[in-house]
Amino acid sequence: MSTGIWHQIFNYDDYGQLLALVANSIIAAAVLGVVGGLISTFVMMRDLAFAVHGIAELSFAGAAAALLLGVNVVAGSLAGSILAAAVIGAMGVRVRDRNSAIGVLMPFGLGLGVLFLSLYKGRAANKFGLLTGQIVAVDTPQTAWLIGVSVVVLLALAVVWRPLTFASLDPDVAAARGVPVRALSPVFTLVLGLAVATTIQIVGALLVLALVVTPAAAATRVTASPRLIPLLSVLFAVTSVVGGILIALGSSIPISPYVTTIAFVIYLACRAVGAVRARTGWSRRRATPVAGLVRP
Amino acid sequence: MTEQSGTIAPRAASTGGTPVVLSLTDAELRRGERVLWSGLDLELRRGEFVAVLGPNGSGKTSLLHAVLGQVPLSAGTLLIDGRPPRRGGDLIGYIPQQRAVAPHTPLRARDLVRLGVDGHRWGLPLGGRGLRRRIDDLLTEVGAHEYADMPLGLLSGGEQQRVRIAQALATDPALLLCDEPLLSLDPHHQHAIVDLLDRRRRTRDTAVLFVTHELNPVLPLVDRVLYLAGGRFRVGTPDEVMTSAVLSDLYGGPVEVVRAHGRYLIAGAPIPHHADPAGGVQS
Repeated sequence: MSTGIWHQIFNYDDYGQLLALVANSIIAAAVLGVVGGLISTFVMMRDLAFAVHGIAELSFAGAAAALLLGVNVVAGSLAGSILAAAVIGAMGVRVRDRNSAIGVLMPFGLGLGVLFLSLYKGRAANKFGLLTGQIVAVDTPQTAWLIGVSVVVLLALAVVWRPLTFASLDPDVAAARGVPVRALSPVFTLVLGLAVATTIQIVGALLVLALVVTPAAAATRVTASPRLIPLLSVLFAVTSVVGGILIALGSSIPISPYVTTIAFVIYLACRAVGAVRARTGWSRRRATPVAGLVRP
Repeated sequence: MTEQSGTIAPRAASTGGTPVVLSLTDAELRRGERVLWSGLDLELRRGEFVAVLGPNGSGKTSLLHAVLGQVPLSAGTLLIDGRPPRRGGDLIGYIPQQRAVAPHTPLRARDLVRLGVDGHRWGLPLGGRGLRRRIDDLLTEVGAHEYADMPLGLLSGGEQQRVRIAQALATDPALLLCDEPLLSLDPHHQHAIVDLLDRRRRTRDTAVLFVTHELNPVLPLVDRVLYLAGGRFRVGTPDEVMTSAVLSDLYGGPVEVVRAHGRYLIAGAPIPHHADPAGGVQS
């Protein structure tokens, strides 16, 4: 009885063939993992988790509109994201203003998306995929789009990395040192919008947070090193999304539960490690250089 | 303050010879319709320590922002080392008002210092051995080397302030701007921070513009006081400014100043500017 259900959900009989079919998706997913892992470190620094959600819903609306109009879904999704990023950027720099603006924007975006989807007469899987993720939909031209946008995001991050870190973590001194703190805010929101629009194509609008927030949230639990956090975060994101696809291949369930579950388990593990470390490692200070003690 | 002025004493600011780091001439700053201060003349020379006092909203922090080139004066001139202020110059080190650091902020002590060294440059944080040594030296100078690799959020307020000073010294500035650096520190840590600033001033001739609610902890270092209140100001040595007559005039009401055991005690000021360190948020 139970084996029957399991067999319905998991069926790895033709795994090799399936794998060949979705090779593009896996490449795209790995690239998105890198983007998500890196961008999530700044999302954590800037406390923008809620903005990610808001952008995702409008991006979803854009993608749904594109689906309805029969144009490129990634382009629609990008348009929605950029619009959301612009609105959030314009609405306020202060967290409180920003969050209420996003809270207003988000249901509106989601509502629009649902409207477009209900008007759409095409394949149901396409509709569902936008919300909860898909791999089959990532065909070669779309993969090229995703990778193209991802490269833009990565280049932009590489250019602004240091001043953005400074402005995010220490805005007063950053401004005093001549960092354009105010200008960097909309720049980052825009880059974030691009990253969210691409991530949606794989994990869906509802679950973007698993790739754009969770990885760095997990990494900051185990280290405070600005070098290790992005590395771990990328590792976690790529593991979640590629791992999720590999498991989902032999399954009848959409990809997102796998991605989110892997991400969540990583997060829990990091919290546990962090809790242990807080009790032992971090509270023990580096010893003053006394004879006999080895310093790292 | 139990020390007599023998251990830490103001450097008698010689009027000639020592180069002027900061000069304000007939300077005025407005916020909307309100004049924060006007007609302000102030010269700060190398190695000089000037305390900026005044009630909340009197424009103390705004003065720092003007020196940093973040707000333009509404009238008058402001020169840093003979040139107009520009944002991000290496001549100025800045210690901002302390903010709470969230426990999982991805910054260690050394990373905060590093932001002060090269955080303003574009690109990726690559860095090498030389940079690391420089950061270690800066941390050692303020006695913070022991916790260089600790996350900032896990350090005490006093430890964070030491790291802040190391960050502010990263460019070897000629002028140090401090905005309430002793706020929420206990007397022991206040003393340690004051010592650090004094040592820096003596060894490197760094001028210090020190915004504070409390004069007493820094009194032994103070060469001059700039007292801002009600759109007006007074500059002079502590003994010249901290009198009942001067403060009553500035506040436009009776203020009693008593000097006892090397401290000034003030009663009757309309706004409790001499209250406990936790008193009041600065505008």
